[in-house]
Amino acid sequence: MDATYLSPRSWGWRALIALPLLGGCSGPQSTLQPAGVDAEQIARLFWWMSGFAILIWGVVIGCAVFVTYIKPRSHDSRVARWLILGGGVVVPPLVLGVLLAFGLSLLPSLSAPAEDGLQISVSGERWWRRVRYPTPSGGTVELANEVRLPVGERVGFRLTSPDVIHSFWIPSLGGKVDMIPGRTTRLSLEPTEVGVFRGACAEFCGTSHALMNFRVVVMEPDAFDTWLEQQASPARPPQGEVARRGQEAFLANGCGACHAIRGTSADGVLGPDLTHVGSRLSLAAGTLPTDAESFERWISHPDDIKPGVNMPAFDMLPAPQIHSIATYLSQLE
Amino acid sequence: MNDRTYSHDERDDRARREAQERRLSAPWQTPRGWRYWSAVNNSEVGLWYTATSFIFFLFAGVLALLMRTQLAIPENDFLSATTYNQVFTLHGSVMMFLFGVPIFEAFSIMILPQMLGARDLPFPRLSAYGYWSFLIGGIFVCGSIFFGVAPEGGWFMYPPLTTAYQEGLGADIWLLGLSFIEVASLAAAVELIVGVLKTRPPGMRINLLPLYAWYILVVAVMILFAFPPLIAGDLLFEMERAFDWPFFDPSRGGDPLLWQHLFWIFGHPEVYIIFLPAIALVAMIVPTFARRPIVGYSWVVLAAVGTGFISFGLWAHHMYTTGLPNISLAFFSAASQAVAIPTGVQIFCFLATVMAGRFVRSVPMLFVTGALAIFVLGGLTGVMVAIAPFDFQAHDTYFVVAHLHYVLIGGVLFPVAAGLYYFYPMATGKLLAEKPGYWAFWLMFIGFNVTFLPMHFTGLLGMPRRVFTYAADIGFDGLNLVSTIGAFILAAGVAVLVIEVLRPKGKQPYAKRNPWNAGTLEWLGEMPGKPWGVRSIPLVKGRYPLWDQPHLIRDVDAGRFYLPDAEEGKRETLITTTIDADPIQCLRVPGPTFITLWAALFTGGAFIFATYKWYLAAGTSALLALVTVLVWLWTGTAKIPEKRSKDVGLGVSLPLYASGSTSVGWWAMFITMIGDMSAYASLLFGYFFFWTVHDDFPPDPAAGPGLFWPVVAAALLLGAWVCTLLSRHWNRRDRPLAFTLGLGLGAVLNVAGILALLAGPHLNGLDPTRHVYPATVWVLVLWTTIHLGVGLVMQCYCIARRWAGRMTAEHDIDIRNVTLYWHFMAITSGVTVLVIAGFPLLA
Repeated sequence: MDATYLSPRSWGWRALIALPLLGGCSGPQSTLQPAGVDAEQIARLFWWMSGFAILIWGVVIGCAVFVTYIKPRSHDSRVARWLILGGGVVVPPLVLGVLLAFGLSLLPSLSAPAEDGLQISVSGERWWRRVRYPTPSGGTVELANEVRLPVGERVGFRLTSPDVIHSFWIPSLGGKVDMIPGRTTRLSLEPTEVGVFRGACAEFCGTSHALMNFRVVVMEPDAFDTWLEQQASPARPPQGEVARRGQEAFLANGCGACHAIRGTSADGVLGPDLTHVGSRLSLAAGTLPTDAESFERWISHPDDIKPGVNMPAFDMLPAPQIHSIATYLSQLE
Repeated sequence: MNDRTYSHDERDDRARREAQERRLSAPWQTPRGWRYWSAVNNSEVGLWYTATSFIFFLFAGVLALLMRTQLAIPENDFLSATTYNQVFTLHGSVMMFLFGVPIFEAFSIMILPQMLGARDLPFPRLSAYGYWSFLIGGIFVCGSIFFGVAPEGGWFMYPPLTTAYQEGLGADIWLLGLSFIEVASLAAAVELIVGVLKTRPPGMRINLLPLYAWYILVVAVMILFAFPPLIAGDLLFEMERAFDWPFFDPSRGGDPLLWQHLFWIFGHPEVYIIFLPAIALVAMIVPTFARRPIVGYSWVVLAAVGTGFISFGLWAHHMYTTGLPNISLAFFSAASQAVAIPTGVQIFCFLATVMAGRFVRSVPMLFVTGALAIFVLGGLTGVMVAIAPFDFQAHDTYFVVAHLHYVLIGGVLFPVAAGLYYFYPMATGKLLAEKPGYWAFWLMFIGFNVTFLPMHFTGLLGMPRRVFTYAADIGFDGLNLVSTIGAFILAAGVAVLVIEVLRPKGKQPYAKRNPWNAGTLEWLGEMPGKPWGVRSIPLVKGRYPLWDQPHLIRDVDAGRFYLPDAEEGKRETLITTTIDADPIQCLRVPGPTFITLWAALFTGGAFIFATYKWYLAAGTSALLALVTVLVWLWTGTAKIPEKRSKDVGLGVSLPLYASGSTSVGWWAMFITMIGDMSAYASLLFGYFFFWTVHDDFPPDPAAGPGLFWPVVAAALLLGAWVCTLLSRHWNRRDRPLAFTLGLGLGAVLNVAGILALLAGPHLNGLDPTRHVYPATVWVLVLWTTIHLGVGLVMQCYCIARRWAGRMTAEHDIDIRNVTLYWHFMAITSGVTVLVIAGFPLLA
């Protein structure tokens, strides 16, 4: 449970429901520990609805248990008829009407476009995300599996997919939207807290659907600007002999056919851009850390880590070569 | 003297009755030995059907345990990603298509005739054909997992994943195997609608119908409108997979969302199709154990009809996250809320009944109470996810997994378990023991909640559905482990139930007659049941005849009602009018045959061979299926009786033959064609869907099928229809030559029309693989021409029947039904031509 939900302004029943779940609501991917305007509105809607749901459940089941196991004798059939009329016909439309009005009143703000804010394009591909930021200079910078956002700003997302249907979802910040081939869908989010969160794919997209996650870093606006500027710059040259050999091996073995490293001759577009891969919080769509050892594992046997992945295994390369490539890539901060 | 005469009469009476019983039991005997499998009677077919769908249920349950084992701990490697994906796809598909829908059809085939005091359903061979198709298709689909080629695209099979990115056979097995089963489901729906409308006992007006029958009527009608869109979708899908027609490929104008619409127009009503029959069981069980008639009969009926109706208007709530405009989100949110209202009414009617009655404890009622507790919670979470903003978070997470299992296990599995305990003596003559029932209930109830209650929170913590694994550091592990433990407790409960059902009960005495003191006709039979079902078909005067009519059982057994005898040694049952249930015909129903099994085998072959793209074998199999069905129809239907009418008892004499709208065959044709039209309408929906999503559709007017050939085709086909109509008229006038020439000319015009219809797109060079526009034109043309081809077979069949003397001026079922079919052909061809040739002029 997030602390704000135990503050005095929270409702008593809310704490009551939450009590058995203390600690069960938190996590980097939790919808109940909101860190964005949209997620907060939806979480509030959820708590209200669950409160009412439990109340209604209690009344209906209490009534059923009463007439069956507590007082199974015959009751007045006129009362029974009133029960149908009241419980079945009159009350539900009222309750549902209020709920509908409350729930739908959130729609305009949830789907509010981020008119003049930052616009990020995200493409869901099997099984990673291509993320494109516009740079202040008017260009674009491409990265993968990591979304960084300035806190307190409404950010728009343009969502596409070149292959199958995926979805884009950052539970801590707000709801999800599908990424559909042939269409561009939109989403806007407004983070309210600085921190690292997790995003996931919710639409089944094939073998490694489970392994298509990403990190979301919400930063102070200044830090964000610095970061974006740094991402827009070309890759730093290799540091040290091993990394230098790693860069050579990377280019010699054709890695550049699929991957781009700005500042080198590698300019492939099929796979993730690796210009600053070492600065990312995860490798292979949220499955591995970005240390040299993980790069080695990934390059040698990507299919073991992510079944069905498009990248071929490079375990035919000599181990020292893999090691040097891994060292080089992990340095690309 | 008086005494002696009396006893003499009594002896006469007994002798007469015994002779009646001998004659009556002869035609209704179940075949013995290996011929047992040729049985078509509802009690045998219903039993096989029930047992088979339970076996599929257990199979899918084992798949669920495999999934839970895999998810017990994070980053588990018990199942590979591919295997897991196959397992969850099959789990969903089998539960929905091989258990959820068939179990209701199975139960209904078994108990509906008994409930209506009928001896059988009107088309027993159709039930048998449906059963064999279901068995073959089910084994085919389930078996695929043992070869590692099971479908792995989810039970919803969203393209383009399944059309362009899954090379294997899996998707084809899903499409063709399940299409085959859907056809069987449609056959059962037709059978059950006609059964409810036409085979009721005299006096059972529509307002006296047992609630179960009302629900079955509603559900069968829903199937008629819900399954065809999926069959149409399957057709588009398989055309894309097999022949590269780009219906769902955005690079050639297709759209993956079309599939989602077609799938959910089927998929949402589907939920109610499997939920309402389970509630129907509750509606029969509750009054029995409340010892009083249902309170609010009309409310229940209205609510059932209302639920069925509304359920077709909320499919898009499965698509809230596809970027629908706010206005659609609001509409579908409201519609999804609205469906909760009739559902609530039904629940309160049951509560009111228990309240007003004297509640008696029993295992079935315990399951019903448990079902209520679970289902109401599922309904409430359903209301929550129906609100679009909350669904943006909950959609495709474990919250929805929890919600749907609360709805389906509470709304289907628990009522079915209650129904199993309740109806078991009706099927076998013996009661299930109470103690294992309580054990099963508590294990299932506790296990269920331990499994699925935590899943609400797993979902809210952000765990998406359909993931084969999850990372250790995001807090999913504890809840998942609890769910896995719960799943095994639930499985233990199911195992107790299964053991109790299978336990040999040879020494256990038979239950007493009407063991639960119920009020409805299905409890009229003796224990164990006799092959004929009811000794005589009673005159019904109330909703609960066994409570309302004293001495009913005695009078039925004494043969004092209708059809106490089978003088001609034929299987007979009564046909009554749709609303008032006045007897209008004594229907002879067919007996055991293997031909239905052969027909199902060949039909199955056509689908199964097509999966492997062995088109020659598939075509041959389809041809054999056609021949088998023709032989079946030729030898088994529309038989001319040896006399016009017969005395059915109580001084009523009824005709043995009826044609036109009084005959059951005409109704079956009409209902089938309604289903057929809804499949056709779904294809048209596809055409106009593309028109709405594209700025230019049709893309280039010059590339269409043109005007000339389609208009020629329309004129020729109109002629074929008129000729068919006229020949029916000439047959009535007993002018065989005019009839033959008329129908022959109709057949010729039909063939010419088919060719002209094909000529339009063909001569204008429409290539269906190039763009979605020619593909949609071609699919409408193909649909129409295949139907006309069937119409051609029918025309020739009628000519042959007439010349073989199997159809006469008076006995004209065949041509009447074929004319009815042709009315629908006139609509189909007319609309096809208007759309493919006329619409481009407007657009």
